[in-house]
Formats: sequence, C-alpha cells, structure tokens
Amino acid sequence: MTTSTSSKKILVNDCTLRDGMHALGHQYSVAQMVAIARKLDEAKVDIVEVSHGDGLQGNSFNYGFSAHTERAYIEAVRAELKHAKLAALLLPGIGTRADIDEAKAMGVDTIRVATHCTEADVARQHIEHGRKLGLDTVGFLMMAHMTPTAELVRQAKQMESYGAHCVYVTDSAGALLMDETREKVGALREALDCQVGFHNHNNLGLGVANTIVAIEAGADRVDGSVAGMGAGAGNCPLEVLIAVCERMGIETGLELYPLIDCADKIVRPLQRRPVQTDGNALMLGYAGVYSSFLLHTERAAERFGVDPRDILVELGRRGMVGGQEDMILDVALQLKSRSSE
Amino acid sequence: MSKVKVAILGSGNIGTDLMMKLQRSEVLELAMLVGIDEASEGLKRARALGVATTHRGIEGLMEDACFSDVQLVFDATSAYAHAKHAELLQGAGKRVVDMTPAALGPYVVPVCNLQEHREAPNVNMVTCGGQATIPVVWAVSQVAKVAYAEIVAAIASRSAGPGTRANIDEFTVTTSRAIEEVGGAARGKAIIILNPAEPPLIMRDTVHVFSELADTEAIRSSVEKVVERVAEYVPGYRLVRAPIFELFDEVNPLRVPGEAPKTGVRTTVLLEVEGAGDFLPAYAGNLDIMTAAALKMGELLVS
Repeated sequence: MTTSTSSKKILVNDCTLRDGMHALGHQYSVAQMVAIARKLDEAKVDIVEVSHGDGLQGNSFNYGFSAHTERAYIEAVRAELKHAKLAALLLPGIGTRADIDEAKAMGVDTIRVATHCTEADVARQHIEHGRKLGLDTVGFLMMAHMTPTAELVRQAKQMESYGAHCVYVTDSAGALLMDETREKVGALREALDCQVGFHNHNNLGLGVANTIVAIEAGADRVDGSVAGMGAGAGNCPLEVLIAVCERMGIETGLELYPLIDCADKIVRPLQRRPVQTDGNALMLGYAGVYSSFLLHTERAAERFGVDPRDILVELGRRGMVGGQEDMILDVALQLKSRSSE
Repeated sequence: MSKVKVAILGSGNIGTDLMMKLQRSEVLELAMLVGIDEASEGLKRARALGVATTHRGIEGLMEDACFSDVQLVFDATSAYAHAKHAELLQGAGKRVVDMTPAALGPYVVPVCNLQEHREAPNVNMVTCGGQATIPVVWAVSQVAKVAYAEIVAAIASRSAGPGTRANIDEFTVTTSRAIEEVGGAARGKAIIILNPAEPPLIMRDTVHVFSELADTEAIRSSVEKVVERVAEYVPGYRLVRAPIFELFDEVNPLRVPGEAPKTGVRTTVLLEVEGAGDFLPAYAGNLDIMTAAALKMGELLVS
C-alpha cells in the first residue's frame, strides 16, 4: 500500500545513544558514542538523541550514574554530526529549565520534554522555555497505554498549546497492541495541528509492526534504535524499520547499509546483556511496566533472592509510572519478607 | 489567653488543609482565608466553617478591618505570587510563613532547625518533599559527614494542585538546596514523580544518603529517632522498613561522573506519609506534612 504515507518524508529520531544507555547501565564510553554517531550521520538519520537514559540530570542513585558527564557525551557527538540534528531528553521533576539552557549552549537543536501520559501540564515551563530558546521542541507522553485515547488527546492538545512542534505517543512499556497504536496515533493526528510522533519498545515483539502502523496512521516522526539498543527488549530496531519502509515505499531518506554495519559491527558487540524479547523483557510489555525497570529489577531480584517476574507483575499491579525505580527495591523487599514468613 | 490572629493566602489544597488544622490550634486563630476565585472549594469550605473570606487576593485582606489584628500570614499561593506578597506584608510589619518554593527567607524544617530562625521576618517551609525527607538527611549528618543526598518524592496526581504543577522546577531546585542547607549534605538532589493511579497512592519518599564510613547502628538509631519526632506532628509519617546500608570500598567505590571515586556508605530509607485527611483524603500526606510543619513554625513564631 502506498497511500498517504508515501507522499511525505518521515522524520527519524534515533535513540541508540539515549534509550540505549539503559541497556548498558548508562556505561557507554565517549569513543563508543562517537563511533555510533558517525554511522548514524552517514546513514542520514534526521535527529540523534544523546542524554542519560532518564534524561538530562538523570545521574543518580535512583537511575544509575553514567560513565561520563552529559557534557562529555553531548559535545563529542555534536562534533561528529554533519547532517543530523542533535536532541536531548528532559523529564520535568528530574531536570529543569537550567538544563535546557546548558543543552542549548552545548549545541542541542531539539529538546524532548517527557511526562507521564496524564501529567502534560508539568511540562508547560519546559516546552515554553524550549520555544523561547528557538529549539525544536517536542512533547513526549510516556506510558501511553495507561490512559484512554480521549484523555491522551486532551493531554497532547495541552502540550501543543504550550508550543510543542511535535507530540509523541510514547509506548514506554512496549505494551500497545497494533489496533491501540493505530487508534492513539490516528486520534492525535486528527486532533492536532502540530506534528505527531511515535516511540516504542519491542517487549511484545511489535517494535517494527507498531511503528509501521503509526506511520500509516499519520505519524510525522518515529523513533528507533540501532539493533534495538534501548530499555527492556529495546526500541524499534532502526535498521529493520528502514528496510521495511524501503520495501513499502515509505520515504525516510535513510541509508540502510551504514545502519546495518552499525548494528552488526558496533552496537551488538557492546550488548553485555542481549537486548531481546526474553522472558523478563516480555513481562514488561505483558504487565505494562516502564521498560527501563528491567535491569534494576534483575539486580534487585538477584540481591534479595526473589523472582524478577514477580517484581514486575507487582509493579504493574501497583500502577508505578516512569521514574519510580525506587519502588523496585520496595517491592523486592516486600516479596522477600513475605517469602520468609 | 487570647489566640494570635493569622491569615492564609491561597485557598487551594494547601491553604485549605492548613485552615482545617488551624481550627484545632490552641495558639493561633484564623482571621481570614484569602483566595482569588469566589467559587473555589477552599473558600466554600471556609464560609461553611464561619471563617471570613475574600476572593480579591492580598488586596482584599489588606483592606479588611481584620488586617490590623493579624500578626502572622501563611502564604500558600505560588512562588511567583509570593514575591509580591512578601514585599507588601513586610511593609505592613507582618511575620510570614512562606509555603511556596519561592524561598526568599531561610529554609525551616521543624525537627532540624526550628529554633534557629524564630526571629526571621519571613521563613520558608521548603517543599512537601523536603519536609518529608530532609529530617532523614539531617539525622545521618548528625552521625557522619554527608557528601551527597538524593531524594525521590512520589505523590498522587490528585494531590498536586495547579500551583505545584506550574512550578515543578522551583520544587526541584528548592528541595535540592534545602537538602544541602538544612540537611547538611555537601550536594543535594531532588526528584519528584506524580503518579495518577486510582485509588490514589499514599505519598512515598525514598532517601539515599551517601556519607563517610560510620557505625551503621548509630545511623540507624539517629534516623529512627528523627522519624519518631516527625511523627509527633505528622502521625502518618513512618519508615516502611528498616534503613538499608550499602558499603562502597576501595574495590567497589561510588563512581559519579566528573568526580573522583569515593568510599563510604549509602543509607537508603523508604518512607510513607499518610495524611490526617483534613482536606484531601489520607493519600495526600504531602499536604499534611507541609501544613503541619507550617503550623508548628507559626505557633513558635508567635510564642
């Protein structure tokens, strides 16, 4: 099918260097980031995102400390990009407007402001600030599977009203089914004048499929990571997505071979724990849990001798949202004390 | 002995919750609840309780006959509005307890530094997350030198009013600074999470304190004592479980990017704050801990 999807160029935002941080416990070396960025630029990726996995100022006990400072990563990648724009992620409540100022000074072009899907109004300060600084400004509605479409549209319209150039349906738990993706992306496309984006995780094995569905439903920007390098079972694997887009006649402007080389020769050899839909990653999508909880959960399970699947299911039952990594410890201790009773 | 007259600026969640608590104060008497929306739930509640109200903001208060008798004003509006309020109230010679994150005056957390600032014309109550977590940081710093303290405050979406939402950066920045200035950490960091789950979740706070090596029994005892003292004015404040310790030694030091590796001990404390249910239901422990602390400070200031 080559309907409306073939007429417009889809913007591609790579997350290998941001979401991929989760998969490595935030331990990329600067040289590794630079090597990946070089390939992404060669492949004509539109936007390359660099930040701590949990956004600017994510360095913490709660989310993990990265190997290097954000400045070291961002400035090194900036120097490498000739074609691609540079993006950074910010979660209000973790980072502040001062971090957007710094990111801008380091050469960031795009700021992506992420909130839980029902809390768009906490992003007002940051979206307005991004616009004031002349940045390409994106609203990112995380854990989009947790709220009905009508409410998601209401939240997206708020982000648009603050000045967002694009608002994302963000499937942080990789929990959306294909019909749900079509409905949510389509509803935002219908209701908004600004661009609509889609970001997901491969926890139910729907990474590429749902991204194609999102494009068919009118998404203007889509996210992916090379070899899926991202939290949980990873993001939509970018090289696979681009191959499928080529076959379908969807215009992305990206080149396939540099992406494949990047996946096979650089990224996959870095993965200490394979980024794949294995049992624990599958449970994220199945239980609707924030994908970056995966490694934290596996560590807590080992430390306290409990089943990681039980932790994930309990986190889902409690309705934990992005950023509540501290509750993994809480749940693990609760399970441990129950089992010893 | 007659009670000292006070006023509250702001008829949102915090102002209304404080009004309910003032009904029980033996020291303070609420002369007026000040709002800007006549139809607000807080002003309605005040009228039902027979408390005088105005919906014309601080001008409405200053023009009212009661103003000359008012000695102390609690500001529960927003950081932005407080700047103007502080100037007008100081000009009129009124003491101010600032419950916004504006932080023009010194930070106050009752169990840590209540007595230090009893002469200050304007004191700041930090944030709900700060009131819940800084006592724990302070407790550790009484035993060992604290290099870094980090707090994660998770509150129910329903308990975060429009003021909190519009000023989330001020929350983050003010709490971080107060972790340093009041808690005694060389560096502080604050993270806030809004959780929309239904039924709403009770406020949860996690505190990580990285200090020099010290007797963990002494740390545990200091933390437990402070938690008991906070629970005296916020009965729903409690440890979810005993403090957890993690050692960072020379083989496995703490690595923070841009800093030299450090040895020491991390104390992790999991807290829960259940509210008294004065205005919002019990999940909103964040309101309770803020208003209870402000009330305690207000009573001290006029004593």
